[in-house]
Amino acid sequence: MTDSISTTQSLSRESGVELDLLAREERITPVPLWRVRVKLWWRSARQNAAIFADNKIGLLGLAIILLFGVMALAHPILMATVWDARTYDPITGYSFDELRQPAPPSARHLLGTDPLGRDVLSQLMYSTRNEFILGLLAALITVTIATTIGATTAYFGGVYDMIFMRVADLIIMTPAISLLIVMCALFNPDLPQLAVVIGILSGFGGTTIIIKSQALSIRVKPFIEAAKVAGGGHRHIIMTHILPNLLPFSFLYMMFGVTAAIFSEATLSFFGLLNVRMSWGIMIFTAQAAGYLLSGVEYWWLLIPAGASITLLCSAFYLVGRALDEVVNPRLRKR
Amino acid sequence: MTQPILSVQNLTMHYATRKGDVSAVDDVSFDVMQGDALGLVGESGCGKSSIANCLLRLLPENARILQGAVRLDGANLTTLPEDQMRAYRWKRIAMVFQAAMNTLDPVYRVGDQIIEALHTHIETMTNAEARERVAELFKIVGLDPALMDRYPHEYSGGMRQRAVIAMALSCNPDVIIADEPTTALDVIVQDKLLREMCNIQKTLGMGMIYISHDIAVIAEVSNRMGVMYAGRLVELADTADIFARPQHPYTYALMSAFPSITGPKRELTTLPGEPPDLLNPPPGCRFHPRCPRATSVCARDVPAFKAMDARHSVACWHPVEG
Amino acid sequence: MTNEQMGKWQTLFHPSDPCPRFPDPYLEFRMTHTDPLVTVEHLQKYYPVNQGLFAQTRHYIHAVDDLSFQIGRGESLGLVGESGCGKTTTGKLLVKLIDPTKGHIYLGSNGSQTDIAPLKGAAVKQFRRRVQMIFQDPYESMNPRLTIYDTVAEPLVVQGIGTVIEREERVAEMLALVGLTPPASFLFRFPHELSGGQRQRVAIARALVVQPKFVVADEPTSMLDVSIRTGVMHLMSNLARRLDVTYLYITHDLAVARYMCHRIAVMYLGKMVELAETEELLQHPQHPYTKALLASVPVPDPSIKRQAAEIKGGIPTPINPPAYCRFYERCLIATARCRDDAHPPLADKGNGHSVACYAV
Repeated sequence: MTDSISTTQSLSRESGVELDLLAREERITPVPLWRVRVKLWWRSARQNAAIFADNKIGLLGLAIILLFGVMALAHPILMATVWDARTYDPITGYSFDELRQPAPPSARHLLGTDPLGRDVLSQLMYSTRNEFILGLLAALITVTIATTIGATTAYFGGVYDMIFMRVADLIIMTPAISLLIVMCALFNPDLPQLAVVIGILSGFGGTTIIIKSQALSIRVKPFIEAAKVAGGGHRHIIMTHILPNLLPFSFLYMMFGVTAAIFSEATLSFFGLLNVRMSWGIMIFTAQAAGYLLSGVEYWWLLIPAGASITLLCSAFYLVGRALDEVVNPRLRKR
Repeated sequence: MTQPILSVQNLTMHYATRKGDVSAVDDVSFDVMQGDALGLVGESGCGKSSIANCLLRLLPENARILQGAVRLDGANLTTLPEDQMRAYRWKRIAMVFQAAMNTLDPVYRVGDQIIEALHTHIETMTNAEARERVAELFKIVGLDPALMDRYPHEYSGGMRQRAVIAMALSCNPDVIIADEPTTALDVIVQDKLLREMCNIQKTLGMGMIYISHDIAVIAEVSNRMGVMYAGRLVELADTADIFARPQHPYTYALMSAFPSITGPKRELTTLPGEPPDLLNPPPGCRFHPRCPRATSVCARDVPAFKAMDARHSVACWHPVEG
Repeated sequence: MTNEQMGKWQTLFHPSDPCPRFPDPYLEFRMTHTDPLVTVEHLQKYYPVNQGLFAQTRHYIHAVDDLSFQIGRGESLGLVGESGCGKTTTGKLLVKLIDPTKGHIYLGSNGSQTDIAPLKGAAVKQFRRRVQMIFQDPYESMNPRLTIYDTVAEPLVVQGIGTVIEREERVAEMLALVGLTPPASFLFRFPHELSGGQRQRVAIARALVVQPKFVVADEPTSMLDVSIRTGVMHLMSNLARRLDVTYLYITHDLAVARYMCHRIAVMYLGKMVELAETEELLQHPQHPYTKALLASVPVPDPSIKRQAAEIKGGIPTPINPPAYCRFYERCLIATARCRDDAHPPLADKGNGHSVACYAV
């Protein structure tokens, strides 16, 4: 590239102000444009990773997420190799070795068994995958909707903006969890369906308003005016200038979205309203249905593992979000 | 006139950043005498505001004063514990910031904010005395005392800057630092304000440090002037003397690049290159990559800040002869 | 500093590498053709102000009020005034970033004039090839996520000019032209890796890449340091001459306007109060506001003691201004007529010098 450009440069020097596009000699490009772009992207990703890695809390969050990821992946492997399906299946298994159910932790059942004689550790690991699917799917839907609406309402304004903002107000004013309970009671959705519902509610609701305020701050930047003067249409300005500057924030709010979705699922499962065979919320629901909810520390393995997992995974995504906040908001950085 | 009220000696300050240390202020020394108006002029990033922040010790977390002293009345402000520093800040040495809007709290009346400042520093003062003092200060800076019960948003930009100056004057400091006091203002307002500040400084006889990027402003308000480049003070002399006989090539360049509306239209010159990156400043004289007179010694050794005569000092291996 | 002293600065440089001088012959180069490129007639831009939900009357900010002027082909017209006087609004109207409330803007000479206000769709794109803008803030006027190549190539991309390879060559040429050499080392850098001066050069390259004939420059050097500023001013005037570009140069700094403009127009509260050739305006200002403005500019010479400007009060609000002269409240030479009659029209006082004042 250096060679070809320098010829151009010397040409333009000799010819003074020769700007005619038609007068072009052949030119070989040793490095195509897309490869330069990939390199640039990779470099900026590495820089951002370095900023993220500076934040120890973010790394802790990432480590917790990875740990749960390993748990989710390990479950099918354990079921296929070490764990006997009749005893360890999270839904249909029954531990015949124990005299009483629920049995306290032992060498065979590291986290004991539940009131129905199933292995708690197996349930915990099996549910992890569901939580990930639900959380990420819901957050992805939320952010896709919120970013699209936020970017376009901030750009166009007017009646279009007003309609979506009133819808958002309406959703925010409705208590989300009671709405979800009523809906689940009526339709008894499964996990992906729930993810879509949570995604839509949050996407048209609070997240839109947050993303729109970010988009508004981008919209008033002089480079938007510069793009207009360059001759760019609405589509060009939204796609090239607003969205790329908005996506880091969208990614950030996706992390917070995961947290919200997992919490909602846990609450709904606890009330037994979901068409889900096993999840952390169901584990607590099972303990509650069998009357162990208020039994205190005596039957801790029925409540603590699931409860702690919900809290840990939710806070992990939140911590990662906070660390990402420093990456996308340079003002928050200490130096 | 023999003893300086404020003396800065070999001040060196770095900012620690992710990419390494930024050498923001490097070995800067100057004195401010009673009644002096010292102008510090330089381009953005030359360290002039960093010096102001060093003097008041209003430094961000990552700033480190590596060496040097700021002496006020025999006390060294760079090593003073924070609780003792508070007794000096505002009372002995005050500051007028560039953005007046950020100095004034929008939810309090302007007068109350100055009274608050008075109360914190002079505990014995009664409310009535404080109000009287504020009214007096308002008259000094050319504001109607009736305005003291208004809120900052009811003030115009120039009035706000006046109120900030009144606040800086409130405790009768020995030295006031004005960091780009008029940069955000329009030219007519700037002119009125600068005239007012000059008058106040001459009447009250305090020391004043003006910091500006605009050599025309410095020419009009100061009697001594220091030129900064890339964290170093390169020339220090009486203002009239610097304008008549600039000796550092950078000072020369700055003046010859500065357009004026008066006098015959002269040619402006362009300084080649860009100011250096202070993360990695050039060795020797920091101006040498852009200097027309640079030789090999300039790239190797740092020129000493030496006195050409009693009141004119230059840091250059090859100063321009008067 | 005197001219002899300046001569000494020149000798500080090695003779083979002389310090670039400014101004180059730009301003001495008189317009050979006097036909106008831009004609503005009774231009008006009012912004409505919301004053409460049930306000009976609507209030308007008179940002630009009844402006008429012409800019000659190859000329550089300076638009000078304090913040809020409507100079930036005028600039935005001329590049069609906003539409006027009233009035016309014609582009082209007498034979082939086009009114830019009613342009739509493809015609606007065509218009954008002829008229461009350079923005004030070199830090905010570039998308931080786009490379220099993408920034400069943007007008070409959105207008569909050239192929990818042609665009890349054209951008490299433009970068070399604005002094960013070698261009290859700048093409794929991001704005934050460049200094303010370099960024403003990129902004100039972006504006000129479609070879416009008319460029609105909105305070292009006000955020640059002195040692960098002269270079950018030099570049702009040099390119104007070589590429035959006409400027509307918006600035608050009269000293910069002196070096960049053939004529200067002074604005006050949305009205043009004085218009004259640059040196004529600086040496013989006639409008009391222009006089006050000139008298307030600090002089980089401590031996000169200026007199205080003859003006009172501060800038009044531009919301629903009075019908009489807008400068009346601050004027020291106002007569009864200034209060009784409408705002004075811009009247030719000879020598190409127009003033809007009854008292001169």
